[in-house]
Amino acid sequence: MCLFLYVVNRFVERATGFDYQENIVITVGLNIALAVSLNIVNGMTGQFSLGHIGFYAIGAYIAAAMVTYGHDEFFAYLPLARTSPPISVLISAGAMIPTCIVSGLIAAGVGVLVGLPSLRLRGDYLAIITLGFAAIVQVIIRNIPAVNGATSFVGINDPHNTAQVIATPHLTSVFWVYLLAVITIWVSVAIRKSNHGLALLAIREDEVAAEAMGINTTRYKVFAFALSAFFTGIAGAMYALYEPSLSNSSFDYIRSIDTVVMIVLGGLGSISGAALSAVLLTLFPEMLRSVDQYRLAVYALLLILLMITRPQGIFGQNELSVAGVKQTWFSATNLFNKVFRRVNPKS
Amino acid sequence: MHDLISQILNGLQLGSLYALIALGYTMVYGVLKLINFAHGDVYMVGSYVGMFSLAFLEEKLHIVPNSLLEGIAILLIAMSACAVLGVLIEKSAYQPLRKNTWVAPTIMLGFPSAYIAIQIAMDSNRTPTSSFVIGAVVFALIAWLLFQRHKSGITPRPNRLTALITAIGVSIFLENFGVLPQIFGSDPSSINFTMPDAAKVGGFSYDPRTFAVFGISLFLMLVLSYTVGKTKIGRAIRAVSFDADAAALMGINTDRVISITFGIGAALAGAAAVIVPVLTETSFTPYVGAAFGLKAFVAAVLGGIGNIPGAMLGGLIMGLAETLAVAYGPLVGIPSTYRDAVAFVILIVILLFRPAGILGKFVPEKV
Repeated sequence: MCLFLYVVNRFVERATGFDYQENIVITVGLNIALAVSLNIVNGMTGQFSLGHIGFYAIGAYIAAAMVTYGHDEFFAYLPLARTSPPISVLISAGAMIPTCIVSGLIAAGVGVLVGLPSLRLRGDYLAIITLGFAAIVQVIIRNIPAVNGATSFVGINDPHNTAQVIATPHLTSVFWVYLLAVITIWVSVAIRKSNHGLALLAIREDEVAAEAMGINTTRYKVFAFALSAFFTGIAGAMYALYEPSLSNSSFDYIRSIDTVVMIVLGGLGSISGAALSAVLLTLFPEMLRSVDQYRLAVYALLLILLMITRPQGIFGQNELSVAGVKQTWFSATNLFNKVFRRVNPKS
Repeated sequence: MHDLISQILNGLQLGSLYALIALGYTMVYGVLKLINFAHGDVYMVGSYVGMFSLAFLEEKLHIVPNSLLEGIAILLIAMSACAVLGVLIEKSAYQPLRKNTWVAPTIMLGFPSAYIAIQIAMDSNRTPTSSFVIGAVVFALIAWLLFQRHKSGITPRPNRLTALITAIGVSIFLENFGVLPQIFGSDPSSINFTMPDAAKVGGFSYDPRTFAVFGISLFLMLVLSYTVGKTKIGRAIRAVSFDADAAALMGINTDRVISITFGIGAALAGAAAVIVPVLTETSFTPYVGAAFGLKAFVAAVLGGIGNIPGAMLGGLIMGLAETLAVAYGPLVGIPSTYRDAVAFVILIVILLFRPAGILGKFVPEKV
């Protein structure tokens, strides 16, 4: 991780007025949370959602609205103007925890609504419904003047003193983002190991058989959607409390495809794979930042090449384990010996 | 009343263009069960081919500008270029996911990678020789990787999600390769072909554009229906989309059928790609395909994906709904800014009642 960041720094000139390193570290953390929570629906339950960016957007706008409109009543101790380093953890906790939880719960509620069609729709049709959900959320937000959806939301005018602007505070720090990432990973590992996780996996493998075994597939599918939407909503809230301004266009459905790419590349269903490829796929385009023009074309070519040469993703369905690392190390050294014509010690 | 009729005509016009693109999605879905996200970008390439061929025809061959001959020529050139592109995409990106091929993907992935590597090297002030060597090394590396995979002899298991991600990869690639200043550039471009203005014949205002759109799309759909319904290759396409394994056992070369399907679908998108910029006189950028393609795809799903008449019907419904919502929505309290949501709301409502689209068959799962 540190090595990667070092490499990133070597390749990139610092952007001015904006802490570039912190931005990358936070984006990586948010993407880990997004990928791992999407993995609950797409990887573990086998339902195919392309619309998680909708939950992200809902979480983000609700959090931003809460801290600005509720500033005078609930969070009056937060500064009005935006501070450059994030507000310290102890002070921000009072605002951060309730905002995130409320955003997450509302996103989860919407998740239940989106999960309900999955009772009737299978496979690609569900994917399109969720895609449509994300597109509709984007259009609705664009039409809400209270959060300035059409352009970008930076804050509101103070109702008591019209000359003053209440900006969205800078609450999210590295601590909060990685706390979320760790909690998301912990919850999905815990679920994966529990009976509920087995039920989800059974639904993924064969829904009819799972139902015949007495699993309430309806309940579990909706549960998976709600849980995943909850964490995605919290990630959205943290994004809103990090970015100086929320722009509607950053919640395009293309972004949810990015997350899908992460979990497929990591190996569908593998939690550590999702987390690791979230890290890699966030850092890799940043490394190419110096050749910005070619960045996405190179990314796309590599994606196609990887899908052809390693279709099961980095980990397949396995988790990161000591044995796996050892095996990879052996095959890597074998390859090295083969290439440089050493005598293979194992044969 | 007159206004309503002209709105309906507009809607049908837009709808028949959606239908042309939707056909490509639905045919590919039929044979491969793949949402071909790159289809919208094939459409974008078609627009650019139309623009370049127009310039070429006028400058080199001195064809009369805005003549019927010129219109037909650019339409045909764009259609055939898109068909070739569609087949190339299939051979280089999707076929390797099903079969252990290595030559086509090496060429199609290797050359753009080598090109980008050479450009990056040139930009960082290397000598032409050394940047060429860098490009060759990149090409060789890709060839080696794919050859190793070929040599391992493992037939890949077809996986729909992998194919989907590959399609997304192809889409991102076409957009971002096209946006490079050496290729298409990011400036908005347009096809400088003007159709004759509307004329009045016997009290009715007669707009040649409307007739051109209806004529071309109807003609293409009839040709397609005939091809799929009556010819040998059409029967093969239907057989492959019904059951690919059984079709292969019956002696159908499924790979060839799949390639042809991609070609036909892409050619239809190419036709739409020339008609839309000429008709609406709008400009396009390399990113135009994704948004238009998404709506066409929604149209395909609406009609029942994999179903050819369904795609036509879905396209018309989408076009009509969108036009009417924009025209009459404000009267019932829906501002026209909700235009993009209309398509999806209709989709969700219809899918909730008919889970496999309007004409699709809902197959209950059997054990």
